[in-house]
Amino acid sequence: MKKFSKVISAVTAAAMIAGSMSMMASAEDTFKIGGIGPMTGAASVYGMAVMNAAQIAVDEINEAGGVNGFQLEFNPQDDEHDAEKSVNAYNTLKDWGMQMLLGTVTSAPCIAVSAEAANDNMFLLTPSGSAVDCITAGDNLFRVCFADPDQGTASAKYIGENGLAEKVAAIYDSSDVYSSGIYATFKAEAENQPFEIVAESAFTADSKTDFSAQIQAAKDAGAELVYMPFYYNEASIVFTQAASMDYSPLWFGVDGMDGILSVEGFDTSLAEGVMLLTPFSADAEDDLTKNFVAKYQEQFGEIPNQFAADAYDGIYIMKAALEQCGATPDMDASAISDAMKAAMTEITVDGLTGAGMTWNAEGEPTKSPKAVVIENGAYKGM
Amino acid sequence: MTGMKMKNKTLKSNLITYGIVVAAFVVVQILLQTGSLSSLMKGLLIPLCVYVVLAISLNLVVGISGELSLGHAGFMCVGAFASAFFSKCTEASITVGPLRFCLAILTGAVFAGIFGILIGIPVLRLRGDYLAIVTLAFGEIIKNVMNIFYIGVDSNGFHFSTKDQFSLGMEADGKIIINGPQGITGTPKDSTFLIGVILILITLFIVLNLINSRDGRAIMSIRDNRIAAESIGINITKYKLMAFTVSAALAGAAGALYSHNLATLQASKFNFNTSILVLVFVVLGGIGNIRGSVIAAVVLTALPEMLRGLSDYRMLIYAIVLIVMMLFNWAPKALEWRERYFGRFFKKNAKEGE
Repeated sequence: MKKFSKVISAVTAAAMIAGSMSMMASAEDTFKIGGIGPMTGAASVYGMAVMNAAQIAVDEINEAGGVNGFQLEFNPQDDEHDAEKSVNAYNTLKDWGMQMLLGTVTSAPCIAVSAEAANDNMFLLTPSGSAVDCITAGDNLFRVCFADPDQGTASAKYIGENGLAEKVAAIYDSSDVYSSGIYATFKAEAENQPFEIVAESAFTADSKTDFSAQIQAAKDAGAELVYMPFYYNEASIVFTQAASMDYSPLWFGVDGMDGILSVEGFDTSLAEGVMLLTPFSADAEDDLTKNFVAKYQEQFGEIPNQFAADAYDGIYIMKAALEQCGATPDMDASAISDAMKAAMTEITVDGLTGAGMTWNAEGEPTKSPKAVVIENGAYKGM
Repeated sequence: MTGMKMKNKTLKSNLITYGIVVAAFVVVQILLQTGSLSSLMKGLLIPLCVYVVLAISLNLVVGISGELSLGHAGFMCVGAFASAFFSKCTEASITVGPLRFCLAILTGAVFAGIFGILIGIPVLRLRGDYLAIVTLAFGEIIKNVMNIFYIGVDSNGFHFSTKDQFSLGMEADGKIIINGPQGITGTPKDSTFLIGVILILITLFIVLNLINSRDGRAIMSIRDNRIAAESIGINITKYKLMAFTVSAALAGAAGALYSHNLATLQASKFNFNTSILVLVFVVLGGIGNIRGSVIAAVVLTALPEMLRGLSDYRMLIYAIVLIVMMLFNWAPKALEWRERYFGRFFKKNAKEGE
């Protein structure tokens, strides 16, 4: 045993030293973009979508001659949707020589990484970290998607101004930052709108397979519209259970609802008439979306969701900012960050998730949310 | 004469354990000074300390008092939240970072210790599988209770709710400290490697001294033969509760170190998986072997990060390493093989033990 532990400690020490030495082989002719997101575990569907789409964008740009004449290099790292692992991934990327970061994908790890990035003055653009605190730690932090409060407020306004319902019920995931964050602002805005929240019921990550109690509560309260600020996997269960309970109110979702039509084994006719706010729909007819969806399907065999679209836009936003400030790969990360954060407020980008996107100094994007309704198994603009 | 020898041997063994920690600290400091440590390793230093402290503290319950506890992450959760709450509240009044952090660690340890007593009183009446299941349940309860806490502070003092942030009814100048599932964000980053190593040494000091004291022998006698221990008048509940509470308090201190290392703290992190992760450190390091826990925690925390270069295969390799280490440590054939090739070391050890 003694010998064994000696061997182990020797191996550990060797591994530590090897780990600390294996770095600093940076070629100075490419921009190094790091990516962090959950590529394993429960949230991996989002991380994989982001990494796949970012790689498509990087390949496209490199084929077309790169940025300012230089090629891009993309290095995705897994964080398992865990704040601590995310910081480890960030440090790994720093050792690799990362000059800007596309990430992180999910909100909670993003808050932890953004504190590190602000400290190091590393340019950070999160494709889908929607919590407010994701980009508040510094002025070098930006995002592609809407912030949670914007979505909650926008949904409440939309329901109120279009007179969709007078009695509204809400179901949300109280253990999830995204879901509870959106609902909190929805509720705040609902006070100013001509409808009333008659039932609110929460579920948690540990109990998201049966929603009959929550649906019954909404039904008993006579709600005409049910607001569902959570992801499509749970939503598909809600729709199926509501149908078996003979309850068919108007359903209203947010961007997490995007993807509902591609759930395996889900009867998409149940989602007829569902309304959602989303920045991206894979069925859009413009050339940019068509080209992206075709490429994504060809390479990865599935329809891209809005996370993929956010990431694809993210890489092009970085390209636009790099071109605006004329950065070169021989600049260090901090200098690139200084140049890019100034450029971010000057650029306007047309992407998959919105036309004419601009950014303010706080890092929030300005673009208009699109409301779509599901008709005949496809999105239709409203 | 034999007693004297035993004592010297224990002392020697303990000094080796302290020595390993101090040596590791010195080596890392040298590497830091010469700038040859990668960012990844620098970032890993504090998590390593956290998991080492956790593994040592859990070994006290699992190895020394012989009860399987599956809710260790729950105590870490209490310590993390209590200390982060303390730091957020006193950020303005106590400006000396290290002082505030020491108080925060103490707060975390005390709160976790109190929870240890509260949970230990009913739970420790159970044994074996039942105890394991109930500790698992308590760990989950702590996590879920933390998930619904909303605490804010404004000019009128503290506001508390378990519903949502609007029920707090705060003034306009109020700020939310614990925000339900979003937890606590913006905890001051006070954790340093030095404090982490000091915490490991304190933990080792407490645990090793407890084991080698009269109380520690009483605890181990309960583990080895409950009926015999009871028959000679050892207060079973008292000693089991002692081990459980000390372990909980140390886990709370580890939680404090954890929460002051990241800008965000959420209760969902402290789930069943984290408890099992720490239990894996203890089992692989050798149940009841404190030095083994330290080494296993370091190796198994660093390994998945070191293997990042292998991308998708790293989790597979991590699992294989776990299985191989388990076989090497416990399988009869592997023991026989080790006996044959490293037999002389064991003989020497056996002689020393006589």
